Amino acid sequence: MSAYRLENGGYIDRSQQISFQFDGKKLSGFQGDTLASALLANHVDVIGRSFKYHRPRGILAAGLDEANAIMQIGSGAESSPNLKATQVELIEGLQARSVNAWPSLKFDLLAVNAVFKRFLPAGFYYKTFMWPDWHWFEPAIRNAAGLGKSPDQPDPDIYDKRSADCDILVIGGGICGLMAARLAAESGANVLLVEVDSAWGGSALCWPTLIDDSDAASWCASTVAELHQKPNVVVLNRTMAFGYYDHNLVGLVQRLVPAQSDGLTPRERMWKVRAKTVVLATGAFERPLVFPNNDRPGVMLASAGASYVSRFGVAVGRKVLIATNNDSAYESAFVLKEAGVDVVALVDARASAASEVTQRAQDMGLVIISNSTVTNVKGSSGLRSAEVCELNADNQPVAKSRRSIQCDSVLTSGGWSPAVHLFSQSGGKLKFDDETQAFVPKRSVQNEISIGAAAGIFELGASLAHAQDRIGTVLKSLNLSAKPTETSVSKHAGLGAIKSLWSVEGEMLDRPGAKAWVDFQNDVTSSDVKLALRENFRSVEHVKRYTTLGMASDQGKTSNVNGIGVMSVELRCDPGDVGTTKFRPPYNPLTIGAFAGRRVGENLNPLRPLPSAARQIELGAKLEDYGGWHRPAYYVERGQSEHECVSKEVLATRNSLGLFDASPLGKIEVFGPDAAEFLNRIYANNMKTLKVGRCRYGLMLNENGIIYDDGILARIAEDHYLVGTTSGHASAIADMLQEWLQCEWVHLDVATSNVTTNWAVMNVNGPKARALLEKFDSSFDFGAHAFPHMHFREGELEGVPCRIQRVSFSGELSYEVSVPWGYGASLFDNIMVLGEEFAIQPFGVESLMTMRIEKGFLHVGSDTDGMTVPQDVGFGRIVEKKTDDFVGRRSIMRPDALRSGRRQLVGLDVTDGGDALPIGGHVVDQGQSPPTASRGWVTSSVFSPTLSKPVALGLVEGGADRIGDEIEIWDLGTRRRARIVAPGAYDAKGERLHV
Amino acid sequence: MLNIKCPWCGERPEVEFRCGGESHIQRPGPHTEVSDEAWANYLFYRDNPKGVLFERWVHSGGCGEWFNVARNTVTHEILAVYQMTDPKPVLEDPKE
Ligand SMILES: [Zn+2]
Repeated sequence: MSAYRLENGGYIDRSQQISFQFDGKKLSGFQGDTLASALLANHVDVIGRSFKYHRPRGILAAGLDEANAIMQIGSGAESSPNLKATQVELIEGLQARSVNAWPSLKFDLLAVNAVFKRFLPAGFYYKTFMWPDWHWFEPAIRNAAGLGKSPDQPDPDIYDKRSADCDILVIGGGICGLMAARLAAESGANVLLVEVDSAWGGSALCWPTLIDDSDAASWCASTVAELHQKPNVVVLNRTMAFGYYDHNLVGLVQRLVPAQSDGLTPRERMWKVRAKTVVLATGAFERPLVFPNNDRPGVMLASAGASYVSRFGVAVGRKVLIATNNDSAYESAFVLKEAGVDVVALVDARASAASEVTQRAQDMGLVIISNSTVTNVKGSSGLRSAEVCELNADNQPVAKSRRSIQCDSVLTSGGWSPAVHLFSQSGGKLKFDDETQAFVPKRSVQNEISIGAAAGIFELGASLAHAQDRIGTVLKSLNLSAKPTETSVSKHAGLGAIKSLWSVEGEMLDRPGAKAWVDFQNDVTSSDVKLALRENFRSVEHVKRYTTLGMASDQGKTSNVNGIGVMSVELRCDPGDVGTTKFRPPYNPLTIGAFAGRRVGENLNPLRPLPSAARQIELGAKLEDYGGWHRPAYYVERGQSEHECVSKEVLATRNSLGLFDASPLGKIEVFGPDAAEFLNRIYANNMKTLKVGRCRYGLMLNENGIIYDDGILARIAEDHYLVGTTSGHASAIADMLQEWLQCEWVHLDVATSNVTTNWAVMNVNGPKARALLEKFDSSFDFGAHAFPHMHFREGELEGVPCRIQRVSFSGELSYEVSVPWGYGASLFDNIMVLGEEFAIQPFGVESLMTMRIEKGFLHVGSDTDGMTVPQDVGFGRIVEKKTDDFVGRRSIMRPDALRSGRRQLVGLDVTDGGDALPIGGHVVDQGQSPPTASRGWVTSSVFSPTLSKPVALGLVEGGADRIGDEIEIWDLGTRRRARIVAPGAYDAKGERLHV
Repeated sequence: MLNIKCPWCGERPEVEFRCGGESHIQRPGPHTEVSDEAWANYLFYRDNPKGVLFERWVHSGGCGEWFNVARNTVTHEILAVYQMTDPKPVLEDPKE
């Protein structure tokens, strides 16, 4: 290609030079350039290799419809893959790399694929996966697949999110969009106007336009400035509407800095906008003509050729041939011609354009070749010539008429496709319009309107009239109004009378090997589409997936409709009958950072701190995530293993005194005259008979009869309970109680309140617990008879409201002392100070778990799974005795719940002299190894520091009836032996609790 | 993302709510008289209409109240919002 920078013109600042790198080569452009325009100005013709065949590719378009110029931008952590050079604003020091070329652009080893092209037809991958062996091809395919590389370091940039509401969201800052926003703003409506580009003006950036006798650029600038002034308008450029969702929610991503962040400004901001009405002024995409070798560098869209001249002052070639089937390419030809570019010929598939357009072309001295089209391009390094053929009455090229025309670039226009992506995502239905050969909006589902080229109206004057009319209707529906202004715009060629010309094939010219590209990015040719049809893939959705047409990162912006056109010719039907594939968000690729926003790192899943969090760190706690809480696993002692640390904590607690911050324990207050009746329906065991001041263990099922949670309930008064839940389930159970009350038992007079984080809980544990608490200045009588095991008391401790439950998960004398959350830290400290004389030891979750396994207490979720019913954990008699209904009651009466041989919770006593049993190890029949039936598994297991031997719990088939049996446990190739015992290796009689 | 009109708080985005599935499901009882089949129907069998679905939602990130919603499963249009204790409203079948 022989692109070059023009002396004048374009919205670039030639006084501000910008240096950048492309594939390591130093180049320079100007302020206002995109990477694509700067590359063209630097005569870079090959900018990448194609995905499948690694054919050299050049720039195709000038906007986000670009299919070829896919770039890796930046380096290191800031590197961004798969950006389109046509969308990347040039900034000083920008580093760009081509993707998909190995080892280099000039010398691409994988281009050998092209030699074997006949082996890679449509469906190649599907066929290859089946026959003869995918692994033969795998290394080559893996090497060839994939575009850019994601950075391997964390993203240093900040991303933001915000929500907004507005009356009217205008998407697209072309002339129609600006006009719509201006009218809406005048009416007093709250308006949000967004434009994906940095520049305003849309098609006016491509084809110079006069609005009210002034240059479109200055009209846009003054309109935008005027809108900026209005308090009811928000104006955002560099902002893409990427998705249209239910109930008029539109997702936007705003780019706040062109490329690199300063560490303070967010790089991008995601907006979730709920609009009363959405105005889609999204414009249209030009379609390339499909002909053999149309993917060669130097073949571009006609409008792109005009854009590079008008906006960037770049001519795409010195001798340009333009081929078209509609009038719009004439407008592009005029732009090039006026900039002094040699337009060697205008090849028109039709007999003629509109008379005034033809007249203007003739006046400018353009050579028009009618009833003809371009059928090939030639040249080994850069384009040298184009082959042009006449078309017969059946739209077939006449081989005999072929002639060669010297040129260094070819611009094509195969018609225009309205950008109906967002309209279609909103649920709107499309129709194929014969007159414009385009899919246009037919029927809306949500509150939106399409205007301008997005509505299939391609002539600016007509577009504006239509837009003003439709905005008027929208404003009326919002009880607003604005006076349309008389606006004169310069006359453009528009689309004219387009002629359908979907593809020209090599076969038609006796060159069957010559492929005509439909999808440039995914390397899909018209013959691939036809092959898919021959193999009976008829639905457009099937053809898409079989050929991968439109499935690349450009989402087929330039290729989908051409593919549909090729299908319609082959199927001898209307393109409307073929239909489009489903349009899905995002409209254009987005960064993942924009979706993540601030929810990265520690903010992804913030952990809740204990009230004593600061002290935990001082004490050397190893803090881990337990059900969303940051809790000590154990306290680290230098030079000691986790097991040694845990053992020390356990023994100190069992022998004297331990302290555990149990604040995350779920606490839900249940009040009201029907509180007892309600909780009796919630729990599997009887809660009505619980006496005031007493505590009771409660087992909660879900409606399927499966054990869901357990905890200690206290009855504070006749009509007032305090429900204890496991730490991880507190809010879920609070929600669940409300669901039952509001949706099922609506007549029960009960109120609930989740007070989990109102009360800090310090668990004082061990034989010296009573002696410790008696040292406090309190209203409590801790005497063994005054305050027995499983009792609840309220009072004051050091002048602070206090609730105490005498309950135990460790098997020792234990009190759960609750004070208002803000006093939790000082209570922890006070206990530590007063506990010094008893050699108090803080302990963590792992030590608590060790003690409860020694004691044989079940832990829901460890010793139960999604099949465990109360009968499986020794609750059979209790639920049998309860005649009332409760949640899950009917489910545990199912035959499966009542059958014998279910897995039941038992204790396991190691008999082989070995260490702790492996958790998850399977119980197998005598002498059996996998593959064999599993008779259950080990659910909890530790080496008991207290008993100096391994202790374990397990779910074993028929376990309750097999006490005393010896079993084998198989785990990862090792075999262990254990005896089934009743759970509770430590203090089975509970003597240590009742002291 | 739906825009749901909580009867107590007004229009709020879907992320503030949680869907509790189909509404107007009768919990059978007493448990001693319910057949396995009736219980399975209650637990697992739900309508899956192409069209209007009556379902219950809770404003979990707001007032915490449960209410019923009639939603078109094709267009996601919300046709009615009503209290838990209200009967199913009679809605005209929305034709394409
Ligand atoms: Zn609410």
